[in-house]
Order: sequence, then C-alpha cells, then structure tokens
Amino acid sequence: MSTNSKKTPNTSLALEFKSSNFSVPVLALSSDDLITIEEQLKEKASLAPDFFKNLPVVIDLQTANKLNCNIDIAALTAIIKNNGLLPIGIRGGNVQQNKQALDLLIPVYSVNNGTTAEEPQKQQAPAPTPETASRDTSTMLITQPIRSGQRIYATGDLIITAQVSSGAEIMAEGNIHVYNTLRGRASAGIQGNKDARIFCFDLQAELISVAGIYKVSEDIDASVRNKPVQIYLQNQALIIQDLLQHH
Amino acid sequence: MARIIVVTSGKGGVGKTTTSAAIAMGLAKRGHKTAVIDFDVGLRNLDLIMGCERRVVYDFVNVINGEATLNQALIRDKNCNQLYILPASQTRDKDALSQEGVGKILDELKKDFKYIVCDSPAGIEKGAHLAMYYADDAFIVTNPEVSSVRDSDRMLGILSSKSRRAEQNEEPIKEYLLLSRYSPDRVKLGEMLSVEDVQDILSLHLLGVIPESKSVLNASNSGMPVILDEKSDAGQAYADIVDRYLGEERPHRFIDEDKGFFRKLFGGK
Repeated sequence: MSTNSKKTPNTSLALEFKSSNFSVPVLALSSDDLITIEEQLKEKASLAPDFFKNLPVVIDLQTANKLNCNIDIAALTAIIKNNGLLPIGIRGGNVQQNKQALDLLIPVYSVNNGTTAEEPQKQQAPAPTPETASRDTSTMLITQPIRSGQRIYATGDLIITAQVSSGAEIMAEGNIHVYNTLRGRASAGIQGNKDARIFCFDLQAELISVAGIYKVSEDIDASVRNKPVQIYLQNQALIIQDLLQHH
Repeated sequence: MARIIVVTSGKGGVGKTTTSAAIAMGLAKRGHKTAVIDFDVGLRNLDLIMGCERRVVYDFVNVINGEATLNQALIRDKNCNQLYILPASQTRDKDALSQEGVGKILDELKKDFKYIVCDSPAGIEKGAHLAMYYADDAFIVTNPEVSSVRDSDRMLGILSSKSRRAEQNEEPIKEYLLLSRYSPDRVKLGEMLSVEDVQDILSLHLLGVIPESKSVLNASNSGMPVILDEKSDAGQAYADIVDRYLGEERPHRFIDEDKGFFRKLFGGK
C-alpha cells in the first residue's frame, strides 16, 4: 500500500519496465596475473582520473579463458573497485566464473550482445533437420510443418515453406521467412541483431519479436492480421507492414 | 512387408481405442493378418472394446518380461481368425514398458503379421512415446474442437522428431487425419470446427470423417468393433477409412448435413 496516496494515485502505475541501451566500456583481460592487471589499471586510471571515477565496466574474460588463464572473479572485482571503477557485469566467463559473479550480484552477459547469457545458452538448438544437416550454410531451410511444441533455432537466416503451428517456437539469429501461415512464436535477431526482420505469408502469430522487442498476439493490430507482412525495428518500435499495400 | 500403424491423438477420449479396434478388424476382415496391441498399460480398455476381456491370461508386460511367449499372450478374435489382440497389463504402469522390449515384440510380430495396430494411450509420456516410436504410419484421431486439434498438432511434432524413423533419418512416418465425433449440424451452428478448419490448422491428409453416432457406444458396450455394424454410419465410415488406407478410392461421406447424406444414399442418380 502506498503511504502517500496523493503522489501516487492508484489509477496510475508506480513503475514500468522499459527497454533501453547503454554504452558501457568493456574491460577485456588477457592475463590472470592480478598484480600486473592492477598495475596497468592504476596506470590507465591515472591518465584520466575524472573519467575513470565510478565508471561502470563489463569484464570480458573471453580472451583470458581462451589462453587458459583462470581469473578469480572475487579478487579481480576487488582490484577494479579499489581503483574506482564499478564492475556491472561479466561476459565470456566459464561456468565457475559466472557463478562467482552471480554470488557477488554481478550480472552475467553473453558474448554477442547485451542480454544476459543464461537464456540463449539454455535454448539448445534442436538437431537440424536432415535436409539442412548436409549443408553448412548459415541459412536453414525447413519444408515440413513446425508443430505445436517444436522449437527451431537457426544460427543464421531461417526459411520455412510450411506452416508454423500455434504453440511452436521459431528463433533465428538472422531473418525469418515463413512462406505460409505463422501461428506460433517467431523471434528474429535473437542474439541482438536489430536489423533482422520477420517475413510471413499470413500473420496469425502468438508472439513476434526482433532483437528482444516483442509484441504478443493481443497487441497486433487487426489491420495486419491474416496478411502477408514484414516486421522490423524502427526506433526501438516493432513495425508490422502489410507487404501488399502500395506506398 | 509388415506395417506398424499407431493410432494416437495426444488428447484422451477422442476415440483412439474405438478406432484401433475398428481399423484392426477392418484390415483383418479384408484378409490381412493383423495384430492390435493395447499400449495403455494400467488403464486397459481395448480388451473390452474387442470383447475378449474374459479370455485374457497373459499380457504385453508378461511378454516383455519373458514370463510368457507372444503366442501365449495373443488372443485370437472370436469374429475374425485373421485378427489377434495383445492386451495391456492392468496391474502395472507404463514404466513396465521398455523401448528394447517393445522393439523386440514388434520385430517378432512383423515376421507373422501384415499389419500391427498400436493403440496409444493419451498424453505424450512414455506409453504414447513407445506406441509411436516404431510406427510406419500414424492415424491421428482428432475431434472437431480446438484443444483436441492442438494436442494432435503437438503429437505430429513428436512423430516427426522423436520416432525411430526421425532419429535414424529414414523416410518420415506417413500421417493420416481421422476426424471423429463429427456432427455436421453442430458445425453449421458454429459449435464445432469444420473439416476445412481442422485441415487448415493441421494441414494433413484426411483419411476419413467418423460421425458422432450412437452405434459407437452400443458397439463398445457389446464388445464388437463398430466396423462390424455395417448398417451404422460410424461402421461405414471406418470401412471407408480402411479401404482408403489400402489405396482404394472412396468419396468422403458424413461431412455434410444429414439431408445431404441421405440424398447420397438414396437419391444419388
């Protein structure tokens, strides 16, 4: 219950989740020698103390882990904090490092984009269908219907010539083309590619999303339902455009 | 070459066992040696529909466990000597079935039978999974309402991804749609999905429409597969389905209202 009902009348929302982007410096490490790291960090920070003061950073462990450097997250974050920076995330860490980070309440990001790493890693790509297994191109082609409960994940573009049933989920890191009825969920640019688009022959989707920005069926305007459309992002908004409309 | 047919739906109560009994009897009556297996371990019903419940000695699980031979467990149908029934165990549950065990029994049946009809339990768990795993053909039994259609769609997805044929990259299972409990009058009133609606959602080859019919309940109660009731609409619908499955041309019936049906029957000149 609000203690100050005048300021927050119960007709208006007290909070709202919004999607926004930030430009955050990434601290890429290539050594597990914490003493050297601290020395070099101090040196950098002394060049522009005002800039580095309270600067949020994301720690990138990708290179270090490739070099088999096992960095202790607790010790590393302590050094970073001591030098006035604020670690707000890690990426490219191994399982143990990710756990350490979460224990320290530091979020874990995936290497490719700004979303948290947990989800895309859990979404294990289903085994490619036979027709795509033999070709190692970035486009996945599917000619069989995608049934309720099935999940398809394409690392590049995804082309489906059959229908996608309600309750099915199709995901692509690139564009999605459905040359049939789209009744399930479709997510293009799932790793954060904002230029990805969804094209479909007949829009009846339960959910559509590009780079994490989504609309559920209820929010899809009746004027574009059951129509051939393309869906893309423009200024953080999902645009659904009737492909047959002349403009 | 023997064919394994799974009768499945996802949803319960849509007519899987009725269909299994009817098509197994239909195939056997046309001279093909047929076995029908009840995969609903723990909730067996096929024996009742086939009218052999008083002759069950050994069951499916006994054979899997090596406690009985297949020949001891198979029950010969009293109406047709080409038809054999392998009942489920009522005292066990689905965990008593194993993939290897089922595979072994089906391999053995394949040597002797032309068609093996697997009556799947409802759901998508172990029993349903094992019933469809080795199938060559699938009869998807669907009622003309949205939840049944969605469950069928889910089952089709499982057929195309988790069956033996899918796992070994063989030719996929042939899928056929059977629309059961269909009532043209109620479709007209908007209370039921039409054949077109269901086909639009599932995009599947329609093998036949079985009308909602009292004869189905009568047949179940008397332990006679409804296909033996040649005068009944449901019996005729199943006979058409068996003929179509065997490659014969049969025009679809029971899709239009009663009037249309009678016109076809009596005034079709």
